[in-house]
Order: sequence, then C-alpha cells, then structure tokens
Amino acid sequence: MKSHILQIAAARLLPVTILLSLLVFYRGHNEPGGGFIGGLMASAGFIFYAMAFDTAEAEKKLRVSPLYLIVTGLSLAFLSTLPALFMGNPFFTGEWISIYLPFEAKLKLGTPMLFDLGVYFTVWGIMLTVIFNVMEE
Amino acid sequence: MILPALPALIPLITIIFLLMNFRRREWQPWIGLTGALLQLVLAVYLAVHIKSHGILVLHTGNWEAPFGITLVIDSFSSFMLILTGIIAVSISIYSIEAIDRQRQSFFFYPMVHGLLMGVNGAFVTGDIFNLYVWFEVMLMSSFVLITLGGEKKQLNGAIKYVTLNLVSSMLFLAGIGLLYGKTGTLNMADLALKMSLAENNILLNTSAVLFFVAFSIKSAIFPFFFWLPASYHTPPVAITALVAGLLTKVGVYAMIRFYTLFFVQDQLFWHPLFLWIGGFTMVVGVLTAASQYDMRKILSFHIISQIGYMIMGLGIFTVAGIAGAIFYMGHNIIAKTNTFLVAGLINRVKGSYDLKSIGGLYKTHPFLAILFIIPAFGLAGIPPLSGFFGKLVLISAGFSAGEYVISFVALAVGLFTLFSMVKIWNEAFWKAQPDDKLTEAPKDEKLPFSMVLPVVLLGLLTLTMGFAVKPILSFAMDAATQLLNPHIYIEAVLGNSINPEIQ
Amino acid sequence: METLLAIVIGVLFAAGVYLLLRRSIVKLILGIMLLSHGTNLLIFVAGGLIKGQPQFTPGMTDAAANPTDPIPQALILTAIVIGFGITAFFLALMYRFYKATGTEDLDELKEGERV
Repeated sequence: MKSHILQIAAARLLPVTILLSLLVFYRGHNEPGGGFIGGLMASAGFIFYAMAFDTAEAEKKLRVSPLYLIVTGLSLAFLSTLPALFMGNPFFTGEWISIYLPFEAKLKLGTPMLFDLGVYFTVWGIMLTVIFNVMEE
Repeated sequence: MILPALPALIPLITIIFLLMNFRRREWQPWIGLTGALLQLVLAVYLAVHIKSHGILVLHTGNWEAPFGITLVIDSFSSFMLILTGIIAVSISIYSIEAIDRQRQSFFFYPMVHGLLMGVNGAFVTGDIFNLYVWFEVMLMSSFVLITLGGEKKQLNGAIKYVTLNLVSSMLFLAGIGLLYGKTGTLNMADLALKMSLAENNILLNTSAVLFFVAFSIKSAIFPFFFWLPASYHTPPVAITALVAGLLTKVGVYAMIRFYTLFFVQDQLFWHPLFLWIGGFTMVVGVLTAASQYDMRKILSFHIISQIGYMIMGLGIFTVAGIAGAIFYMGHNIIAKTNTFLVAGLINRVKGSYDLKSIGGLYKTHPFLAILFIIPAFGLAGIPPLSGFFGKLVLISAGFSAGEYVISFVALAVGLFTLFSMVKIWNEAFWKAQPDDKLTEAPKDEKLPFSMVLPVVLLGLLTLTMGFAVKPILSFAMDAATQLLNPHIYIEAVLGNSINPEIQ
Repeated sequence: METLLAIVIGVLFAAGVYLLLRRSIVKLILGIMLLSHGTNLLIFVAGGLIKGQPQFTPGMTDAAANPTDPIPQALILTAIVIGFGITAFFLALMYRFYKATGTEDLDELKEGERV
C-alpha cells in the first residue's frame, strides 16, 4: 500500500525529525532530552520513511549502512573516555571546555557530551538495523 | 588508571572492529580471535599484578567510592577473568569451522564479544546496579546467540530461556531497589560496611531472598533450573559450550560475592539453606541426566549437578570450602566447555547427538575417544584429573566442618556422574554402529584442525589442573581468604576513611 | 502516597505473573512488561518520595535541607532503557516464532520437548 500522501509527508518530515532529534540531543545535558531520546527520534524519521517507501529506499536515503552508525556511536563513546587519561584523571572523568562565541553566547563542550553523541548514534543504528531486518522479512 | 576497566573495554573495541569490517566475512574470525587472545593475556597480567600489588580499584569518572561506580578486581575476579579468557579463545578457534556461514554473517562474532563484555564487566564491577547492567548486557547477547539461525526448536527453547531470565532480572532489580531504599548505597563495599552496622531488619532479609532467587535462576540451582535443559541443547554446539561454560557461573560468582561480602548477618539461616539446595541440585541434576539419551541433554543436566558442588562450598563457608568452590568452578568451566566441544566433534563425524543412533567411534576415531575421556572423567572426578582435586577439597572441607550428610551426597553424586559419562563412552565409542539408525550420512570423516585444537588445549588444561594442583589451589585459597575477610575489600575500595572500630 | 503506590506495585506484579502463566506468547510479553513496570515503581518508592523538591540546589535554600534523591530516578531510567531493548527483542522473537510455527500458543509446541 503505497500512499502518495504518506510518501510526501515522510519525505518532508525526515529533515525535520533529524533536526529535532539533534536539538533534543543538545538540550539533554541539563534539561530533559539526551542521546537516547535523540537517537530514537532520528530513527523514527527513517522508520516512517521506510514505511512509506520501503527499507531499500530508506537505506539509500541514509547513504551508509545502519551498521556504520553503530560503529561510529561505539567508537565515539569509547573515545570520550580517553581524554580524562591524558589529563591525569581516572578513566571516564568528564572533561569540559568552553568556547566563547560572539554575542556573549557560550558553548560548553565536553566528554560527557561526546559520550552522549555516541549513545545517539548507537541507538539510531541499532533501531534501524533491527527494524529494517524485521521489515524486510 | 584504566587497567580495571580494560576487561570490559577490550571486547567493546573488538566489537567496534568487527562491525567496521562487517562486509569482510573472512576477517571476522581472526578479529574475534585476536580480541579473545588479548583478553586472556590481560587477565593473566591482572592476576600477576594483583598478586604483587593487592586489590585493584578504579573509581570511574573520579567519583569517590560510595557515590560513583567502582571497578574492583580481587583474586576471585581475576581468577574468573582468566577462565573467561581461556573459554573465549577456545570458542573463537572452534567456531571458525563449527559455525555455519549464515550464522557467522549474522552478528555471531559481535554477539560473542558482547557476551564476553557482559561477563567480564560482571566480574570487575563493585557496584550492585552496575552488576545488573552487565548481567543484562550478557543476557541480551546470549538471547541473540541462542536464537541465532532461527530454527523452530531453537525459538521454542529461547522463549523459556528468555522469559525465566527476564523474571530473574526483575527480581534482581527489585532486590536492588529494596536494598537501596534501606541502606542508601549501591557500592558493594559501602553496603558491607553499612550492613555490618544495621540491625537485622525485614527489608534486608527480603532483598537477600530476592537476590537468592534471582541468582538461583541465573545459575540454574535446584528448584529453578528448568529453563536450562529446555534451551541449552537447541543452538549449535559452539554457542552451547560458550553459554554453558560461562553464564551459570556468573550467577554463582554473584552469589558467592554477595553472600560473603554483605549478606553475612544471618548465617544460621543461609548456610544450611545453601547446603540443602546444593545437595538437591547435585542429586536432581545427576539423576535426571541418567535418563537422557541426547548427549547435549546429558551434559546440560550435568551443568546443574555441578553447580550444586559450588553452592555446597559456599554453604560450608570455611576458607577450604570457598576455595574448593572456586577451584571447582575453574575445573568445571574448562571441563564442561570441553565436553560440549567434544560432543560437537562427535556430531561432526556422525551427524547426530542421539546416543541410540551412533556408535563404533572407538574403532574409527581412537584419538577422539582420548579427547572425550579427559574432560568426561575430569567431571566425574577420577584422579589425577582436575575434578578429583576439586571434589577432594570440597568433601574434606565438608568433613572438617562437620557437614557429613552433604559430603556423602557429594561423593555419591560423583559416582552417578561417572555412570553418565561411562554411558556416553559405551554408547558412542564402544558399541557397534547400529546400522538401521543412521539418520544422516556421516558429514565429515576428517575433523578440521581448528575444531580439534581447542579441545586438545582444554584437555591439556584439565590435565595441568590435576598435576599442578598446588599453585592453582593456593591461588584459590588466597581468593577465599580475601572473600572471608571482607574488610580487605572494604578498605581497598573505601580507603582509610572508614570507622576503625568496625574491623 | 506510599501505601497507594505499594498497592499499585502489588497489582502490577500480580497481573504480570498472571499473564506470564497464560499460554499465549503475546500475553507473556505483556506480563514481562507489567513486571518490569512494577519493579521500576518499586525502586521509585524505595528511594523515598519527597514532593516538589529539586535534586540539587545552588546555594543553601530551604529546599537544600531535604532534596530529592536523584539516584532512584537514574536507576529507573537505566532500567527502562534496558527494558525497552528487551521488549523490542522479545517482540522480534515472537514475530519469528509466529512465522516459523504459525501459532502463538505455547502449548501447541510440545514435540519432543518434554524433559
């Protein structure tokens, strides 16, 4: 059942969900949100796309295999634990830097955020791998 | 300071590399094997390090002990890590040929390393909630491994396995909740400290019982073992060997850790209970095994009966008893995995696990007979193999602690184990091949080298544990002494900030 | 409030166990889900209920005297995520099971499984 309305809606909604998921991810450090929810939202966009078209189409839209999302996510999460060692702190210690932007804005970046980004990618990848596998059967 | 985290990190890095090279299927076994070898080397290094430097503690994220997640490696943990490494290496070699291409290309190796990550993590953590998380990591991977391939009987077995393990996880989590509500801490050392001060109140007992049931389900102890024989014989034998060798022992590990470190107040209730349950586990497992004719089912029921010995060691609760349990665990992980691997070899030759339809192997494959007899007689406890010394230590500890009944039960169960092993021996090796029962044409007369090698290595280890029993037993004694003196552990984790009058 | 939640936890556990004992595998999954909700709620109650207080307060205010414990919430969050993963796996397993056997009744699958 390929519905034209659904297809157009899915195609338009996809960038919006990705953007929204990134927003939720960024919000997550001090407010509700975070990598897990963000990853779920990002995968929801693609799952909706796969439902409207099919999984092959959705994978084409994603450009890389969902597996590489998992790889990226796990690597990021692993790498985020390492800076602490170079700073002489125990494994997994959160290290932060602040970047001062024009107009008095401040961007706080740190290893917990990198870890969360890893979670984001891992959840995204795993959800897509599992759901695409089930949908293809 | 990353050393105590490495046992869990190496499998993680291996998974990253495995997934990165997912399309290159011929690389997968080698990456997996490299990861497993690294793990074994690390585990041995850690054991040596602990021997000279004492208990290794890491406060992750620079959060001091009762607040953050602490990773702790003591002698007991490092002993278990070495065993995990050994099993990881053997299974990695064995599965090069033994796991079919379809399963290999569907996340077999990443899942094996996911399981190893969970097992290693459970051995190094010093935090009860973190332990729950590692249990889940391990269970999740084992769920996928057991269902991998999706054969009908596999799915059928998996449903029981998954359901009962999930129920046990819920009970575990409920126990954690109650314990946290009462003591306000999740750190094992801090719990030990707080509970030595707390009067024996009802919530602590409730959570102790919840933990007991949860770990009993996970380690397949007497009234809770039904999921194990219903599911362990369904997946390919390399997977069965891996889960049979390791998963139930993680449950036993957790039980020994919990009931030596902090649930130590109510000894009059727990130790007789452990002895009774241990006895029943041994007897029921071994008797049910005697009535089976599928090799994998016989071996599955023997897992249960062997777990009984470890629980018996915990119930005796002397240094010799705990050391016996630890030594026995080492012997059992190696010998049990090995018997499953040999059963896989027999299946490779004969195309069946059913003892009624195979036979005559002694004539055609005498070498295989030797490979079988080492771990099988090791399990039964024939000197000079490792199982004999495991049983000897346990039973003599039982006699010297005045627990005569359980010691006689343990002796008798050894005899029945021998009966089952001799049954496999008679049916598979000595009896002539029943001509009318050939279900399938023999698959492969020549066994691939990569499947024989791990069996030989594990067999040699069983022999070594028998001949070089002294150093291994003294290591187990060290571990048991540490376990029975919880203040060593508490001091290592919490530092000198604790109240001196408690020691 | 604690009493009410305790009753709710009891009901969730009872319903979960009842559903686990049914033959249908769908009900089995529902039972597992109810059990996990019951457990999460148990941790929530065990951590102590304090109404309307923040977890961390900058500076010393009245609220700082009796803050909410953040740990149970973190535990529940972790448990929910794990429960989510397991439920997803179980649903996929059920789907495969249904496709392989054509039934969702566990009793119809006895062949040779008796031990």
